Amino acid sequence: MLRMDAQPLTTTLIHRGKRIEVRSGSTLRDAIRKAGFSPEAVLAAKDGELITDDRILLPGDEILLVAVISGG
Amino acid sequence: MRCRICGAPAAINMRQHKLALCRAHFVDWIPEQTERAIDHYKMADRGEKLLVAVSGGKDSLALWDVLHRLGYAADGVYIDLGIDEGIGYSGKSRALCESFAAARGLNLQVVSVPAVYGASIPDVAKKSMRGRRKPCSVCGLVKRHIMNRICREQGYAALATGHNLDDEAAVLLHNAMTWSGGYLVRQAPVLAATRPGLARKIKPFCRIYERETAAYALMQKIEYIYEECPYSEGSSTLYYKEILNRMEEDRPGAKLQFYLAFLQAKDQGLFAPGASGESDLHECAQCGQPTSAPGKCAFCRLWENATPPGLRPPSP
Repeated sequence: MLRMDAQPLTTTLIHRGKRIEVRSGSTLRDAIRKAGFSPEAVLAAKDGELITDDRILLPGDEILLVAVISGG
Repeated sequence: MRCRICGAPAAINMRQHKLALCRAHFVDWIPEQTERAIDHYKMADRGEKLLVAVSGGKDSLALWDVLHRLGYAADGVYIDLGIDEGIGYSGKSRALCESFAAARGLNLQVVSVPAVYGASIPDVAKKSMRGRRKPCSVCGLVKRHIMNRICREQGYAALATGHNLDDEAAVLLHNAMTWSGGYLVRQAPVLAATRPGLARKIKPFCRIYERETAAYALMQKIEYIYEECPYSEGSSTLYYKEILNRMEEDRPGAKLQFYLAFLQAKDQGLFAPGASGESDLHECAQCGQPTSAPGKCAFCRLWENATPPGLRPPSP
């Protein structure tokens, strides 16, 4: 039977305005890599606070990735 | 992950130092590290008047914030390059610098290149051999000239720039790939004022990762321009930073080790004396700033060639 109130099993990474869905349950570091970014080149924030990339992603989390590398 | 000092949830993990810190301890750690670098490399004395080159980006505004917190007499200079490219890049970055300075009661000088010299950087670059394809080289030349002039005319002891470890390591890798001896020998945390008319240049963030300067700016709620300069796309600096970050992922501390080992090797005589070519410097016949070119310096020649008669820039 389909449960209509089921939580999403994904976490959303937001990078330069683009939303990327990743599977929950992994570390943030792994998710950043799988999304094609270098963990050395981004900072992650949740609810306005910076977080470390060992965080286990929970379903429904929205994580903002801030690009930190500039080329000037 | 927990803050090593207080056990609160960590806001940043610096793998190269095996150090995780919460926000409160990190925003104090950055000034401590900056001051250690300033002392270690003998960049500046506490009573000296410093000029901070600010661009509206995270590094330079974070540096100005840190120097202010450390008690240095640090004014700022913003050079409006006249870069618009449909996003109002210079206008936005200038406004951020002005609001940063106003909020802290700091003294900011603004030099508008189009207003003072008659053309924006993209326009003057198009008319020169040096910048025909991309204006970055012309931009660097103009900024160096103006900043040096202000330091010299207004008696600043040193010009402080927000170059971070990633900037330094990327330049080092670039120059090592081509064994550009003249550039390599001049790369240092402090560029001494080797002759009259040349300002001392210091890089207090040279041991701090770019990720950390960004974290500091975010944690201190410093508003900075997030967009890249429209001309930086495809730059060699970005390319080398990406390569170094791939190494850093596998070997935490690789970037720091690369840079510090270079400085150590240089101290131990990696380069022959005189390899910098600085002994060939003399005064520009027009503006008086040091130059290695015969006659006029590259800055004066740039404007002479690019500006129609009657619109010549005022003699600096």
